[in-house]
Amino acid sequence: MQTWSLVSMCVLLGIVVRWGVSLNSYSGAGKPPMFGDYEAQRHWQEVTYNLPLQEWYSNTTENDLNYWGLDYPPLTAYHSLVCAYVAKTINPEWVDLHKSRGYESPAHKLFMRATVLVADLLIYIPAVVLYCLYLTDGSTKKKVCTVFCFLLYPGLILIDYGHFQYNGVSLGFALWGVLALGLGWDALGSLAFCLALNYKQMELYHALPFFCYLLGKSVKLGLMGRGLFLLVRIASTVLVTFALCWLPFLSDPGDAMQVVRRIFPVARGLFEDKVANAWCSLNILIKIRSILSSDSQIYISFACTLLAVLPSCVRLLMKPTFWQFKLALVRGIQLIILPLFLKDGLLVPYAVTSLAFLFFSIYLLSALEHCSEEELRLGAFHKLLFCLPKLDLFYISVSAMAGLSVVTVALVPPTHLPDLFPVLVSSTAFLHFLGTFIYFNIVQFSEPPSRKSQKKND
Amino acid sequence: CGFIFLWCVARCLSDLLLICHWVCVSVSHSTDFEVHRNWLAITHSLPVSRWYHENTSEWTLDYPPLFAWFELGLSHAARHFDPDMLLVENLNYASPSTVLFQRLSVIFTDLLFIYAARECCRCVQDQKGSRDVLNRPSFVLAVLLLWNFGLLIVDHIHFQYNGFLFGFLLLSVAKHLQRQHLQGALLFSVLLNLKHIYLYVAPAYGVYLLRSYCFTQDNKDGSVSWSSFSPLRLLALGGIVASVCALSFGPFIAMGQLPQVLSRLFPFKRGLCHAYWAPNIWALYNTLDKILATLGVRLKLLQEAGLPRASMTGGLVQEFQHSVLPSVTPSITLVCTLLSILPAVASIWFRPRGARGFLRCLLLCALGSFVFGWHVHEKAILIAILPLSILAVENREDAGIFLVLTTTGHYSLFPLLFTPAELPIKVSLMLLFTIYSFTALRKLYSGRGSLLRPLESVYLLGLVGVAFACEVAFPLSPWQQKLPFLPLLATSVYCSLGVCYSFLRLYASLLRPPGKPKQP
Repeated sequence: MQTWSLVSMCVLLGIVVRWGVSLNSYSGAGKPPMFGDYEAQRHWQEVTYNLPLQEWYSNTTENDLNYWGLDYPPLTAYHSLVCAYVAKTINPEWVDLHKSRGYESPAHKLFMRATVLVADLLIYIPAVVLYCLYLTDGSTKKKVCTVFCFLLYPGLILIDYGHFQYNGVSLGFALWGVLALGLGWDALGSLAFCLALNYKQMELYHALPFFCYLLGKSVKLGLMGRGLFLLVRIASTVLVTFALCWLPFLSDPGDAMQVVRRIFPVARGLFEDKVANAWCSLNILIKIRSILSSDSQIYISFACTLLAVLPSCVRLLMKPTFWQFKLALVRGIQLIILPLFLKDGLLVPYAVTSLAFLFFSIYLLSALEHCSEEELRLGAFHKLLFCLPKLDLFYISVSAMAGLSVVTVALVPPTHLPDLFPVLVSSTAFLHFLGTFIYFNIVQFSEPPSRKSQKKND
Repeated sequence: CGFIFLWCVARCLSDLLLICHWVCVSVSHSTDFEVHRNWLAITHSLPVSRWYHENTSEWTLDYPPLFAWFELGLSHAARHFDPDMLLVENLNYASPSTVLFQRLSVIFTDLLFIYAARECCRCVQDQKGSRDVLNRPSFVLAVLLLWNFGLLIVDHIHFQYNGFLFGFLLLSVAKHLQRQHLQGALLFSVLLNLKHIYLYVAPAYGVYLLRSYCFTQDNKDGSVSWSSFSPLRLLALGGIVASVCALSFGPFIAMGQLPQVLSRLFPFKRGLCHAYWAPNIWALYNTLDKILATLGVRLKLLQEAGLPRASMTGGLVQEFQHSVLPSVTPSITLVCTLLSILPAVASIWFRPRGARGFLRCLLLCALGSFVFGWHVHEKAILIAILPLSILAVENREDAGIFLVLTTTGHYSLFPLLFTPAELPIKVSLMLLFTIYSFTALRKLYSGRGSLLRPLESVYLLGLVGVAFACEVAFPLSPWQQKLPFLPLLATSVYCSLGVCYSFLRLYASLLRPPGKPKQP
């Protein structure tokens, strides 16, 4: 069947699932006084629409930073401003300064959900489609299946359409960046990635691979000739993009510093909301909080993060192929936040979308003989863990996650360990992350990829 | 091997379908939800003798007794979810566990539909060749049935048990296609006792079975061979039908409640058209009447005071008179319906064309009753669309008719979901199904020109315009307050054109004299 019809069907199905999830509850629904992320986004629309730009990130009488102060870079603020203009034309009550706090209504929910869908349709979904069609190997059917799996990825759907956020925008921009780099348009790629960075500072996780790949490529082209020219072009693109995004704040250095302080709140500490990372898991064994001071915690975490990604970045520097770049990007940390979903009443969509995603990954990808290639690599993985018998790791991990999900819902944790389940979930998530991290390290450092993809990269 | 893979893929697609339904669980439910909850309560809490007399709620039991037994069975499972839903006094009771149970029951009974779809796919011949899985007729049929937009909307978003009932219909058709006529007859009698709307297609069954099953042989020229009549077969058929009816109606006949049951089953007090006009001939008739009345008043030919007030566009379900044209009574519609299906039925008596001829006749009976029937619900178009899918994957001309009828019929279901929250879902699902049906059928019959005639393509494109006008432009325009019924009227009228056209084309294909070359 024609590619366009298959792709459009995948996109439509993706839209149906997204909208279906969005009909459910959102973060902080009906929970005064603070509500949740949904209220935060609405509040940002209120702030950006009513207050002058210089006051958006500062603590003033009109702008109480303790009530969901802006803590994302300026592009998010501009996006909220645009949404606020639309909101004002539909119903001014939604963005009334101070009076609209905690505003909840079915119409408003529809509007907010619609903004997420529109942002996805404009930025994320086209990036996914173009990426899968032009930068993946294989037959048309395989590419369409990849589009399908990408679009059905439950984590993003649940966070964006359930919990309520705009991760699709930043991820979309980052994906446009990857797409451009894959097609050899380095300047455009850096532009897109800078936009992603200026939308959410979390994209810094992906910054190192981008940096190393581009640096390595320039070095390879020769620092005395084309390489230098490329480097200059990329650097100027980055500087111009940042300057344009931060332009209104640059007139007063104090403003700019205030924005930076809001974006990187180092005072908050390492354990924000029991997020799935090494520190949370390690804390079970060693009470880090009690041993180290807050500052040292920050330095050590920074050092360890750097150490963790160092091998892959060095490899990328030495061998800047697109394939290596993609592998390095996979280091993006995935956060499985089941307790957060439970807080928002999103259990059913979570179960459903995860199940759908699993079904499809298993059925479609296995049916297309993707597995045999995977098994080759998994062989090396198994050899490393020779202590474990030949169990199918995938099914173990799936059952562990399923079991944890059931347990978190069905059972009440013991009173002396009230946070048992969230912590367990974070630890499992981290173990998964560690596992895939090691796996991809092995892949990156083992046999070179097939000839087909090598031809594409150069 | 290949077939198993085919079924794996179709199965996982249908799994996704079911999973999508879960995601829609929180979409607002319709009155049908309360209707079925009420029936669960009635059958569970009251003795059998009170079932058809009970009228605490306005949604009285108006399906045949076998469906009531079915609800009784469900109610025993419902007890474990939330016993409060089974109290008759709990009108409009909709706790989360109630909603969950009801949705689960629909999904569960849909399994029968999936099985029936599989049986239908087995009847479709696949050409031996190097066609890959996605292009095989049986796979296309599987997707067209399992992902039918109308069924999705009506069952899972709107709430009914149509998947379950259509499962019986399609299974019975499949059995006939596989020449297992007794099983087919049994399934159809069960279906009739579950929902009597299928009486529409009973003539097709009756005549076909009589002609092609009871008469075991035909003469050389195709006419009836009276000597080959087999009383044994007739008795078998009669026995099956009678025993099913006895099982279903038996207790009520024994209690002397038959007249009450029948009055509940056939409530002719309802108007010619449903609150939202189904896209049939009477929608056109009503519109013509309205136009003539308005013209008459403008040209001073009629007195405005003399016209009946609050016409049928009020959106209410009541009996009304027409202003200019003669009023239509139930008997008139019955006569029209019978006249419309007579040629089809006669055709399979005098010129039987096997099981596929029967299927065509069934379609024509369904469509004829839809076009001319009394108080037809727009959901009834599905009785024609689903069986037509079987013919569409086998025959080129039928594929063209299918595309027109399905797109039109599915669009006519749009008014069932009217909240803004449901708009993206219904538009996306409709586009999904439409894109798939067009591309799959086109690929199936590739290389022999377009499936649609130019006029049909123009008509379908016009549908997009109507959709945009009704869903987007009209709600934002100033006429929204004064004429709220206008988009529904426009949808009904525009779709009835397509439905009537498909009816005529299907008739032409049935009555075409044999010998004219038909494409394989």
